[in-house]
Amino acid sequence: MDDLIRLSVAELGRRMAAGELTSEELTRACLARIEALNPTLNVFLHVDAEGALAAARAVDARRAAGEELGPLAGVPIGVKDNYCTTDMPTTCGSRMLQGWVPPYDATVVKRLREAGLVIVGKTNMDEFAMGSSTETSFYGPTRNPWDTDRIPGGSGGGSAAAVASFMVPLAVGSDTGGSIRQPGAVTGTVGVKPTYGGVSRYGLVAMASSLDQPGPCTRSTEDAALLQAVIGGYDFHDSASLDVPVPDLVAAAQADDLSGVRIGVVTEFQGEGYEPGVLERFAEAVELLRAAGAEIFEVSCPAFTYALPAYYLIQPAELSSNLARFDGMRYGLRAGDDGTHSAEQVMNLSREEGFGREAKRRIIIGTYALSAGYYDAYYGSAQKVRTLIQADFTKAFETVDVLISPTTPTVAFRIGERMSDPMSMYLADLCTIPSNMAGNASASFPCGLSDGLPVGLQVMAPPMADERLYRVGGVLERALESAWGHPLLNELPTIDTQAVTA
Amino acid sequence: MSELADYDDLLTRYEPALGLEVHVELNTATKMFCGCANEFGGEPNTHTCPVCLGLPGSLPVINGKAVESAIRIGLALNCSIASWCRMARKNYFYPDMTKNFQTSQYDEPIAFDGYVDLDVDGETYRVEVERAHMEEDAGKATHVGGSGRITGADYSLIDYNRAGVPLIEIVTKPILGTGDKAPQVARAYVAHLRELVKALGVSDARMEQGSLRCDANISLAPIGADRLGTRTETKNVNSLRSVETAISYEMTRQAAILDDGGRIKQETRHFHEADGTTSPGRSKEEAEDYRYFAEPDLMPIAPSAEWVEELRATLPEPPAERRRRLQAAWGFSDIDFGAIVNSGALTLVEETVAAGATPAAARKWWVTELARRANEAGVEIDALDITPAQVAGVQALVDEGRVNDKLARQVIDGVLAGEGEPAEVVEKRGLAVVSDTGALSAAVDDVIAKNPDVAAKIRDGKVAAAGALIGQVMKAMRGQADAARVRELILEKLA
Repeated sequence: MDDLIRLSVAELGRRMAAGELTSEELTRACLARIEALNPTLNVFLHVDAEGALAAARAVDARRAAGEELGPLAGVPIGVKDNYCTTDMPTTCGSRMLQGWVPPYDATVVKRLREAGLVIVGKTNMDEFAMGSSTETSFYGPTRNPWDTDRIPGGSGGGSAAAVASFMVPLAVGSDTGGSIRQPGAVTGTVGVKPTYGGVSRYGLVAMASSLDQPGPCTRSTEDAALLQAVIGGYDFHDSASLDVPVPDLVAAAQADDLSGVRIGVVTEFQGEGYEPGVLERFAEAVELLRAAGAEIFEVSCPAFTYALPAYYLIQPAELSSNLARFDGMRYGLRAGDDGTHSAEQVMNLSREEGFGREAKRRIIIGTYALSAGYYDAYYGSAQKVRTLIQADFTKAFETVDVLISPTTPTVAFRIGERMSDPMSMYLADLCTIPSNMAGNASASFPCGLSDGLPVGLQVMAPPMADERLYRVGGVLERALESAWGHPLLNELPTIDTQAVTA
Repeated sequence: MSELADYDDLLTRYEPALGLEVHVELNTATKMFCGCANEFGGEPNTHTCPVCLGLPGSLPVINGKAVESAIRIGLALNCSIASWCRMARKNYFYPDMTKNFQTSQYDEPIAFDGYVDLDVDGETYRVEVERAHMEEDAGKATHVGGSGRITGADYSLIDYNRAGVPLIEIVTKPILGTGDKAPQVARAYVAHLRELVKALGVSDARMEQGSLRCDANISLAPIGADRLGTRTETKNVNSLRSVETAISYEMTRQAAILDDGGRIKQETRHFHEADGTTSPGRSKEEAEDYRYFAEPDLMPIAPSAEWVEELRATLPEPPAERRRRLQAAWGFSDIDFGAIVNSGALTLVEETVAAGATPAAARKWWVTELARRANEAGVEIDALDITPAQVAGVQALVDEGRVNDKLARQVIDGVLAGEGEPAEVVEKRGLAVVSDTGALSAAVDDVIAKNPDVAAKIRDGKVAAAGALIGQVMKAMRGQADAARVRELILEKLA
């Protein structure tokens, strides 16, 4: 049983196709693992064991009937709780949407179902995807399986921890400023933010529309490629969706060398503020990439220095508009509707009770940044910075194929450590934000441990060149695994289900 | 302070400035941002989906047909068409707006800098169009209990069938120099837009159903002043007559306040059809901050020059040319032709002529008889249940002598009441003129017998006295006698 949950997705698919394993057996193994660990880690907000087993049996029946199924058919998956699902609540980690069951499936969810994946439940997240630690969830923080006193990253900490703790082989997340990659880095998993428009946002509850991007959370590069191949591609319902042929990501993930690949190391993302352990693992990974045939360059992207402040104007601005619909009138929480309050008071009370501190903070910042008289100084300037960041990327990609950096400046911090200091919390996404601002592809791959905690390496590629992420990530993964003798997650300590401190 | 100033008198002291915002609901098959049916009416909330309900996670996709209609409207208004523009979010709260922001256009409208030339009482007025932009409609809220407004209501019912219906908002620059003709110019402008969008086939333009609605901004400034006065905005004026009434009312109301040394409050006002007055709505003293920004869920709109030229080629005959053509063909004076345009019946008259009526007869029925009935029913003239072919049919009956003008009005009553084609109405109601000599002769004999004095006068050569007898015969025949024939018979019998 323990071996089963540690297998790669490609291997699980092969065994199911060969009739050596059923989806029901695999799903039961995952559900058992969730049952054992979830009280400690708080990864899943909702588990639909019945629904998952029914879906698994349906896939098994189709396979038994001789139907030709895709490589991921029957594989269990966790879905971040900001995707609309018709059979499970979608809360976005907020009290505002507690118990809300949407009347439609997100495109990503629809594609997972069509490909025969088994959705076991909804994973915890920072409220409305605002945060870098999964501590702003109304339903309590998720814990990092490497050290339960630490955060699993955010906002998709639930999806990353679900994969890292072997609850499910796969999960999907959403990345607005690093919410797939940053949790990936601090949990030792692979997190991919595809090119903006590469995976449909339809049915993903929006945080900041121009930055949000769905993507895979997995234990290996190849698993991520398999998953992106299922959820990606053109969707009529998202007008940002790219109607272009998608390259063979799985083949890219299986490439065995990097000869002729030009890699730029971003000079702005190193030095002060970066933990020495992070920089050491990063430097070692760079040497492995060089050994695999890549040419390494130093590349300066000066506008990246301003990415964080610009992001913290654009993102709250869009968010303040996107969250305006939560007024307690049509769905979700309604507070104070006892006949003694006016409609306006009910809206105010619903928002007061429904939104947490971080949501309120960002709504206010965003409302201010867009208001008449401040628009040019804040939102307008931030958009100019965004253009400069895009220009830096364009210029860099004239000389190199991909850019790399550490994914995060530090390893996972302790729960509660940064909650009272929003600025220090925001720094966790320092390196990941430029890619969202430019809409290009990027991913985080595990590159070792520092003081027993995972470190991530970020690869950034031009828009619509997602296959470069997979090629670099796949080669790095194999080089590291041959150096260590096994995948990084094999070093995950046994999760002590008693040792949780409040 | 008197409540209203005298209209003619106020024009000796004040110069009006108008600004008109007309919303046109497009008749596309589907809504602006989703595939739901764009249909008026229907069971509440039956034409809805996650997108037009603004559910979390839903995303808009722009309706290409709506963009096409917007461009055609822009071209027909002599506007420039943007080669690149975007939708914007207009953030404000409105009880029946699903997302609490409206997807609209702000500083990048699809069409801008156009004009319309209008003829009013023989003068040409140019109204400059600042912009025509795309936006979505909101749902419809019904507040139950209290005054019918949201404040104090027990509860509110919301129908989202209209949410997401595509709208084009056409905004004029300040219209100056109209003087005492301000209300008529405004009416002529709205009438022109109605004809235009109908001719383009992009909207039903039914004002009574709200598919074309007008917000009228009005201000007065002392004659010779170098800046505009404070304006009020009268919302949702939904008939041509109301446009005229609302503007003259606001002018007389504002003049009375200014005469008294008062200050006009910048506010929106509601128009009341029943008595032609306006009353204050929302105060605009604290300007709304809509926090506009480019809609991040939609890609920019970049119509190619080729496409715009293709659309230009599909435009219907320009109104000025159409006017010249029809006026020449029909031989009407400016005033007579203007009356047709202002009644909103130009196309109806044209179609009635095409169906066989003379221009004079077509004009007479539409501009007098049917305009009055539309007015009484509170609908636009083209919403009446009578077709141009039927009107031509009524006139044909008159020309054949089967009915007279008075009976023809009853035929129209019957057609409007759904009793069938004009000839059927004549049949069913027994309206045909009686020219059968036997029946007439008997009636004439009867009236002569009852009026020996009058008969004697006529015998003595006082032929004019015959009128009294004709009237009595007509009465006896319930108006269905052929008056000329009756006169002949009386004179024959008393010769």
